Amino acid sequence: MATWIERHRNILDFTLSSLLRRKRKNAALVSVYTLIVFLLASVLFFTYALRKEASILLIGAPEMIVQKLVAGRQEPIPVAYIEQIRAIRGVSSVQARLWGYYYDPVVGANYTLMVAEDPDLSPGGIAVGEGLARIRLAAAGDTIEFMTYRGVTIELEIRKTFSSESGLVSSDLVLISENDFREVFGVQTHYSTDLAVTVRNPKELPTIALKVAEMLPDTRQILREELLRTYDAIFNWRGGILLAILMGAVLAFIIFAWDKASGLSMEEKREIGILKAVGWETSDIIRMKFWEGLVVSLSSFLMGILLAYIHVFFTSFMLFEPVLKGWAVLYPQFKITPFIDGAQVASLFFLTVVPYTVATIIPSWRAAVVDPDSVMR
Amino acid sequence: MAMIELRDVRKVFNSGKPNEFSAVQGISLNIEAGKVTVLKGPSGSGKTTLLTLIGCMARPTAGRIMLSDREIMSLPERFLTEIRRKTFGFIFQQFNLIKGITALENAMLPAYPTGEKFSSIRKRGLHLFELFNIARKANSKAEWLSGGEAQRVTIVRALMNNPSVIIADEPTAHLDTKLSVELMDILEKLKEDGKTLLLASHDSLVYESGAVDRVVNVRDGRIEGAEE
Repeated sequence: MATWIERHRNILDFTLSSLLRRKRKNAALVSVYTLIVFLLASVLFFTYALRKEASILLIGAPEMIVQKLVAGRQEPIPVAYIEQIRAIRGVSSVQARLWGYYYDPVVGANYTLMVAEDPDLSPGGIAVGEGLARIRLAAAGDTIEFMTYRGVTIELEIRKTFSSESGLVSSDLVLISENDFREVFGVQTHYSTDLAVTVRNPKELPTIALKVAEMLPDTRQILREELLRTYDAIFNWRGGILLAILMGAVLAFIIFAWDKASGLSMEEKREIGILKAVGWETSDIIRMKFWEGLVVSLSSFLMGILLAYIHVFFTSFMLFEPVLKGWAVLYPQFKITPFIDGAQVASLFFLTVVPYTVATIIPSWRAAVVDPDSVMR
Repeated sequence: MAMIELRDVRKVFNSGKPNEFSAVQGISLNIEAGKVTVLKGPSGSGKTTLLTLIGCMARPTAGRIMLSDREIMSLPERFLTEIRRKTFGFIFQQFNLIKGITALENAMLPAYPTGEKFSSIRKRGLHLFELFNIARKANSKAEWLSGGEAQRVTIVRALMNNPSVIIADEPTAHLDTKLSVELMDILEKLKEDGKTLLLASHDSLVYESGAVDRVVNVRDGRIEGAEE
């Protein structure tokens, strides 16, 4: 066993010094390889993390939302609808929700204002998400000014800040009391933004939605399942577009790598001949080429993955932001929470490291099975 | 006692093709242990082919080759490689050093697959470099060595696994007279250390050297007659 390990160590040692003597060629190869892994991993990480965020966001979402439509646009919904919907068999609760978007000219960003049932949030007090606190350099005890629909400014005190598992939820959120909300937006007391409906049996949701539609023809019903599907489709579609563009780069790389890995230069063939002549076995040569392929592809893979991680989760997907993040304007400093799908990383590994390593071994094997007497000529 | 025994050995290249060529045509030869044997003959006479067959680098088309009374040609590739690594040390006409790595690393190459510790291979390599008076060149890249230095590095490489037989193909082909004489001195010392030497050369400096025990004349793939 010790001999076997030493043998591998010696061959690995030779492989590394072998790689070093073709510094430029291998450095070029590793950089291109790293770039490809970086691009692919960036797109995969980003779309996965966004989908994950969206699904976390929607887990807390109500099973069904009822909104009032006027001329195809959403309007405040009369609170009186609550009783009508509650009367439908199978509905367990109906809650009026008040929320909206507020543009803050100070930082040039949109906040999401939402009324929450929180005893701390008496009129005059708000709770803000971490992202907002960061961008306004505000902490509990500070006040933020809001311009009401009448053009009057009111000051609301930050009672607390909060974070959540998803940056999408916490970043721009302001929790506000009902009184202050109505004061800022001018929504009358017998109206709310929409209604959140929960049902006893989720299987009955489509039926209940249909009944609501018949009973209140001026409303639309949005089911959580539909939202999830829409999010998934949007992110998959956008990720797909970017992957399609990247495919060109990937193909170019495959041709480049195949040419580099599969074609042995005369010099390399001569070296294999020398090694065989001085007593290296065919398996030793293959081992050497295996290490060579693995060192190149694994280091590129790890570097690419690491760079992609930094790119996606620390620089907020700087390079491709406009393609994948439709709401970049809404989120002044949007950082994605790191979620990584192990299966995606594994498939990327098997699609890059394994084929490259195999591509380096096969031609060496062909060269290594030839009689070593070629070096004598 | 014959260290190496050849019985009616033949080697045909491109067998069955229009360019079929018979390089060795039925050679029988005994090479004694601890002696210096020179295969002498013009270019294309089959000397090098004979050396590759004896050194287990290629298999003969017909005939038998015995190493210490053991028939070796029917052995599988792995065993042949092991014999080549343990029993033979090669000094090639073209030096065959690998560019880009140091002289010492080149010399250490035959020992890598033995599974010996790297540190002890290196120690032995450095010792041999000192013995051959090229220690100062140990860390020089192979391509920076002069002809004489490169030749010594190939000798160190040949001795790395302490083989009993040294095979040298035209060892003086790229050396001037002074370096050729030095080389023959080195080979004589190796003989004194008990090594069996088998050389192929058409250089009179080699086959007329006092260290040589036997000259075998090879022409057109056959032995012409032996001089003692």
